Amino acid sequence: MINPFEIIETINMIDKENLDIRTITMGISLRSCAGPDIDTVCGKVYDKITSYAKDLVKTGEDIEKQFGIPIINKRISVTPISALADALEEPTKEKCIKLAKTLDRAAKAVGVDFIGGYSALVHKGYTNGERVLIESIPEALASTDIVCSSVNVGSTRAGINMDAVRQMGGIVKKAAELTADTQGFACAKLVVFCNAVEDNPFMAGAFLGEGEGECVINVGVSGPGVVKCALEKTAGEDFGVVAETIKKTAFKITRMGQLVAQEASKRLGVPFGIVDLSLAPTPAVGDSVAYILEEMGLEKCGTHGTTAALALLNDAVKKGGVMASGYVGGLSGAFIPVSEDAGMIAAAECGALSLEKLEAMTCVCSVGLDMIVVPGATPASTISAIIADEAAIGMINTKTTAVRVIPAPGTKEGDVVEFGGLLGTGPVMSVSGYSSEKFIERGGRIPAPINSLKN
Amino acid sequence: MKAIVTVVGQDRKGIIARVSGALFESGVNIIDISQTIMGDMFTMIMMVEFDSADITVQGLTEKLGAIEKEMGLNIHVQREEIFSSMHRI
Repeated sequence: MINPFEIIETINMIDKENLDIRTITMGISLRSCAGPDIDTVCGKVYDKITSYAKDLVKTGEDIEKQFGIPIINKRISVTPISALADALEEPTKEKCIKLAKTLDRAAKAVGVDFIGGYSALVHKGYTNGERVLIESIPEALASTDIVCSSVNVGSTRAGINMDAVRQMGGIVKKAAELTADTQGFACAKLVVFCNAVEDNPFMAGAFLGEGEGECVINVGVSGPGVVKCALEKTAGEDFGVVAETIKKTAFKITRMGQLVAQEASKRLGVPFGIVDLSLAPTPAVGDSVAYILEEMGLEKCGTHGTTAALALLNDAVKKGGVMASGYVGGLSGAFIPVSEDAGMIAAAECGALSLEKLEAMTCVCSVGLDMIVVPGATPASTISAIIADEAAIGMINTKTTAVRVIPAPGTKEGDVVEFGGLLGTGPVMSVSGYSSEKFIERGGRIPAPINSLKN
Repeated sequence: MKAIVTVVGQDRKGIIARVSGALFESGVNIIDISQTIMGDMFTMIMMVEFDSADITVQGLTEKLGAIEKEMGLNIHVQREEIFSSMHRI
């Protein structure tokens, strides 16, 4: 029989340390739905999603009950909708918004929490459909509830499309303004990537990439609280012990993700794609990545040493998780979304954590600047410049980076914005008051970087 | 199907009797049992086996839920694989 201590350890991880499966995400290819007539396309999209994902939520709930492991969200990711927009006869914003509303309706019909893939990949250039789709994002997000959108503006191989960067600053601003009554909530459903991954199960950036199959199950695990509790037992030990403890814990967490992924794949008759072994915080106390960093000996997340602590954490999580799953993918690592993490919120509120420090942290975390609320008066060009900085970090370091900022209308530095649920509470953070206008106006492309002569 | 039943709570008379009685009524066989008192907390772990045609994990959870409420305990029923996959390579 399994050792009783191991059984109690597992139960404590779930009951007291917030271990959960964050999401089972079904990827569905919509390429077969492409066509010239918008109404026919919408019909096909609705039918395909509701037929492929009809048992997804029920299966997730059954697994949850039988294994006693909470599965927080069930989600769907689809082929970037720009591919459908391109195939339309005369793509227009109105037609794209119709597609967004179809996704929203289909996702609600099957009962999932989110659907991602209202996306375009424009890291080198735009097609006509992509251009129209991006223009439609603010209205599409404002007129739907659970549709998520992402745009890839750069990659290590292609460089950065600065025209897209310039445009996205304006898109983010407009999305915020259209949802001013919810303090810019649409921006929480919009992420701008560099080096976007094709099999990410996490929102807002999930979409089913070009190289993916017809239908796939990807699972995202979570568990910052478990890592924090494990580290509490290593007080005063050196970093070798810290790294080893994180690795062992990440292994255990990921094994659970692997089990759930295999079980879901078997029951749904859909191939298993990847386990994304991310530490994804929630606003619940005890489910915070910032508290892990503080457990390592930092008085507050954001002080000097935070980047080093995060680098160790991110790397050890990957090392521990890789052996626990047959296929690891997605964004795997540690997320640092400010509004979704109790420790980050506290650090930002007391002034320990600044946007500049967060930018440095994104060089070593698994994604980027995430769920950061900035003053409503922040110019579009400044948001574009934040995106450009972040994309540059991703491009040069061959990693995924992202920006999900919310210029909450009517707010100023020091205010607090409540989003509720998993999205949490965002303290409004300061941005530089100096202009980036002329820099962003230039447009064009930043060329792809050299991959040798590394200094 | 194999599952692990864990029972934790304030020690009092009749916990084992009630829990094992409910398992018996449901046609569930107890393969292994380990029980201890930690402080004054009663802790019992059982490995059980049953035919999933007779009762499901959910069904068993509901049945034991009544005892959980009545005796102020914390009872989990979970399929065995979650523990073996987490702790065994």
